[in-house]
Amino acid sequence: MADNGSPAERGQPIIRLRGIRNAFGRQVVHDKLDLDVRRGEIIALVGGSGTGKSVLLRTIVGLNRPAAGSIEVFGKQILGMPAVERRKVEQRWGILFQNGALFSSLTVAQNIQVPLKEHLGLKGPILDEIAALKIALAGLPPEAGDKYPSELSGGMKKRAGLARALALDPEIVFLDEPTAGLDPIGAAAFDQLIADLRDSIGFTVFLVTHDLDTLATVCDRIAVLGEKRVMVVGTMEEMLQQTHPWIVEYFHGPRGRAALDAKARNEARLEG
Amino acid sequence: MSATRVDASGLLRLVDRQGGLRAELSGRWVVANVAGLERALTALPGESRKGGGPVGGRALEIDLSAVEAIDTVGAWLVHRTAARWQRAGGEPLITGVNEDYEVLLGQVAKADRPVPEKPRGHGRIARMIDGFGRSVSLAGKESLSLISFLGETIAALFRLVFLHPGRFRLTSTFAQAQKAGLEAMPIVGLISFLIGIVIAYQGVDQLAMFGAQIFVVNLVAISVLRELGILLAAIVIAGRSGSSFTAQIGSMKLNEEVDAMRTLGLDPIEVLVVPRVLALMIMLPCLAFFADMMGLTGGMLMSWGVLGIPPDVFMNRLADSVSWKTFAVGIVKAPFFAVTIAVVGCLEGLRVEGSSESVGQRTTQSVVKGIFLVIVLDAAFSIFFATVGI
Ligand SMILES: Nc1ncnc2c1ncn2[C@@H]1O[C@H](COP(=O)(O)OP(=O)(O)O)[C@@H](O)[C@H]1O
Ligand SMILES: [Mg+2]
Repeated sequence: MADNGSPAERGQPIIRLRGIRNAFGRQVVHDKLDLDVRRGEIIALVGGSGTGKSVLLRTIVGLNRPAAGSIEVFGKQILGMPAVERRKVEQRWGILFQNGALFSSLTVAQNIQVPLKEHLGLKGPILDEIAALKIALAGLPPEAGDKYPSELSGGMKKRAGLARALALDPEIVFLDEPTAGLDPIGAAAFDQLIADLRDSIGFTVFLVTHDLDTLATVCDRIAVLGEKRVMVVGTMEEMLQQTHPWIVEYFHGPRGRAALDAKARNEARLEG
Repeated sequence: MSATRVDASGLLRLVDRQGGLRAELSGRWVVANVAGLERALTALPGESRKGGGPVGGRALEIDLSAVEAIDTVGAWLVHRTAARWQRAGGEPLITGVNEDYEVLLGQVAKADRPVPEKPRGHGRIARMIDGFGRSVSLAGKESLSLISFLGETIAALFRLVFLHPGRFRLTSTFAQAQKAGLEAMPIVGLISFLIGIVIAYQGVDQLAMFGAQIFVVNLVAISVLRELGILLAAIVIAGRSGSSFTAQIGSMKLNEEVDAMRTLGLDPIEVLVVPRVLALMIMLPCLAFFADMMGLTGGMLMSWGVLGIPPDVFMNRLADSVSWKTFAVGIVKAPFFAVTIAVVGCLEGLRVEGSSESVGQRTTQSVVKGIFLVIVLDAAFSIFFATVGI
């Protein structure tokens, strides 16, 4: 998007987390967690299962109130923001939940139209046109619009969820394990789709993933969650220099190597 | 000669030129403005009836250089305008496109594809007749499937009792019995108590006209013991437990838990249905008994308060007016009602499909059908008892 926010926002991180603490009962999930997300980047959050990746994402979008810390998005404090202002902020981001979270009693097209109706109050044929556009952008066949979520495969549900997340042309999209459960070809296509959309629409992507191919091919930076905080943030190359045992295991394990090799092969092919 | 028309919203400026038009776009071409954008575009020929002049072979230059921001929806509108212009026989050209816009326009152009035609429906009367026919045949299928499901359940029950007693789920049965039975006691008791009071009060009014107030005891005893105790208990259980069976099993169905059970070699009827059916079969007679007692208590207190019939007189009169048969006729219906409610609840749960809306619909169905069938059965019992003379 040619729109990069007000001059004051430019250059500032689009998301700024400071001292986040999340706890469920006596189980502390995050403590003193800091993270900056830059405008226009694709940043991936990785970490073992149960380290609180989904919880962190839910915390940023306000579905989970942290016990301590501050969350700034678009340069504004999210916590304690008045409801009216919140609604405005919510229009500027889109979320793809881990399980799609499509409304099961609505068709895919109607799902996409929910934010258009709710936030923009749109009516008439333009709604159908926008839904068809988003369905196509998300790589779904045109017939998918009239289907109910229960009639879709797992991969199609992810795409439909993405189409809904993109309904308002958001400035940030949050994706929770977007390629989990997709076949490798579908996953690669999804990665490409996200990279393309980022290049054209220019949104910022915050994604949780375990997919090393996604990390290697489309992510600008990777944030590693562990020990209740973000341990390191950096590019794939920087990750490979890390010495923390978990990170070494993660990126230098057999799967990590395979993903990097695949990426190297691809690049060689493009150059050669 | 060139004329300039500026759209009021400042999003579009039209300039007439030699052999064509030039549309200078400005402002924010984003989804938040889409209503205004569509309105602005109506100024163009070919976009709407009132738009000026025919397209005829003329050129249209769409200039994006003054646009502040554009997103997929804005790009879509630009693309759509150009495409329509082309279809009308004109020559569109998009200029002032920087690299970002180019990618965006390319993407929306790729996304532009014919929308599949929706099949057209029939007329209203045809649809009404169709709907009526369908619902009749559906009702037939429903009763068949209910009976076959009842058969499956009974078969599973026998299998469990005689062939694999080890597979019987005792814990689950007791848990269901506690939820369906014990926890329903307060509400069943309260309702029956109040009904006992109401009957005594209304009865006294009528019987007093004949000076036969004392017969209020017979009235309360027979109506509560034969019909009302068990009916009230059954209706409360249909509303409370029938619905919860449907909702529980339905959510499991949505979550593919029922499918998972099948693949793990567990029979959903054995695991889910039998314990619930048994739980209600055990608990509904108990609840009916409790309802009987509470109903009689209500009647007794009312008779005492209004008529001055003391409890001991009431009790004596009760013993004279009803036999154990009256009580048995009521209670004997309980297991039948219990099976009906539980089987309907479970069957509706297993029928949930697709969406959470289906859970809601099925739950409603389960309660409505449960109560309906209980009352039909009750009528059948009345006829039966009358015929055999009990
Ligand atoms: N609503 C909740 N109540 C209690 N514990 C929760 C809740 N949500 C998440 N947790 C716990 O927080 C931890 C992190 O969960 P989550 O963010 O879902 O992990 P992941 O990193 O795999 O996405 C887990 O141990 C989970 O049990
Ligand atoms: Mg998660």
